[in-house]
Amino acid sequence: MKIFFDLFLAFFKTGLFTFGGGYAMLPLIERICVKEKQWLTDKEMSDLPAIAESSPGPVAINCATYVGYKQKGTAGAFAATLGMVVPSFIIILVISFFLDRFLENKWVAGAFYGIKIAVGILIIDAAVKLFSKLPKNTLTITIGAVSFILMMAVNIFAIRITSIVFMLFAAAVGFIIYLVNKKRTGGNEA
Amino acid sequence: MIYLMLFLEFLKIGAFTFGGGYAAIPLIRETVLSNSWLDDSMLSDLIAVSESTPGPVMVNMATYIGSTQAGIIGAAIATLAVVLPAFIFVLLLIKILNKALNYEGFKSALGTLKPCIAGIILATGIYMAFNNIIGSVQNPAFDLKAVILTVVLAAIYFGSKKFLKKGLSPIILILISGAAGIAVKCLI
Repeated sequence: MKIFFDLFLAFFKTGLFTFGGGYAMLPLIERICVKEKQWLTDKEMSDLPAIAESSPGPVAINCATYVGYKQKGTAGAFAATLGMVVPSFIIILVISFFLDRFLENKWVAGAFYGIKIAVGILIIDAAVKLFSKLPKNTLTITIGAVSFILMMAVNIFAIRITSIVFMLFAAAVGFIIYLVNKKRTGGNEA
Repeated sequence: MIYLMLFLEFLKIGAFTFGGGYAAIPLIRETVLSNSWLDDSMLSDLIAVSESTPGPVMVNMATYIGSTQAGIIGAAIATLAVVLPAFIFVLLLIKILNKALNYEGFKSALGTLKPCIAGIILATGIYMAFNNIIGSVQNPAFDLKAVILTVVLAAIYFGSKKFLKKGLSPIILILISGAAGIAVKCLI
């Protein structure tokens, strides 16, 4: 029983003390799960970002589920994930009850006038960071540029199409390239 | 049936976001606009709040939208839905798809998915930044103060990367921009 509580508490702490989401949590997860508790080896810890990046959903949840499962199976995964979610849930729930009225205050409204601009900059920065980590070749640049132009058009003309369509299409292109390459190399070997 | 809508919409967001908080913003924006849950301005407020409170950004946004649409139960449903795909996928990954990460077809699909996601996020960020300056494309109203703030804040934020190893943290930028907003709106 104690291990479930330990898992819950470790991720409760991580969820409570890190700002800015999943990637910002990795150093704290490493300190708790590798150094203090020895739940993960260094190798497993270094796999964590790749696992999170290849899995859908919040990065923090991917990490908690992985560590919890390694320790105590599905129940351990549940305890760790719950620990990660609870602090956010409570804090935001409380904020949600008064944010509207809070924003009616002249000073707060002034602050948020500036903050909105920061948010736009942060989103652009997130995209730039993502681009900078990608290999630069004709394929990735073309897909990035086409996706950007299509999404810009969708936003400007308020077209009702979900970006999921673009994502599925892009993933399909990658998979088809894989199939074609496999067939070609398979043909060479034969 | 608001509970069902919240569940399905956030399940979709949780299932189709790769790479965490900012990657979810284009999808969350589509969802809140098409359901009239928030407008662009309220969404920006929410992103700022989610970024400057602890915890996963997507969980913060799901909890907030769920709560404002349908109270505590709505918050619980939206949060559960946004977390569920991540939870299940990682379990599957460990249990049966252990080799999936090394499967070339999966890698290849992910390799073309990532630039697409980056393009979608960039378009959403630029569009939202322009919204601050001209209101909306459909109903333009030029705001000179917003232009100046955008240029100054972008110069500070991107310029800081040249002088500091990691640049300014998002929270510091939010604090600076809040102070600048008060100065521009309330003091000048």
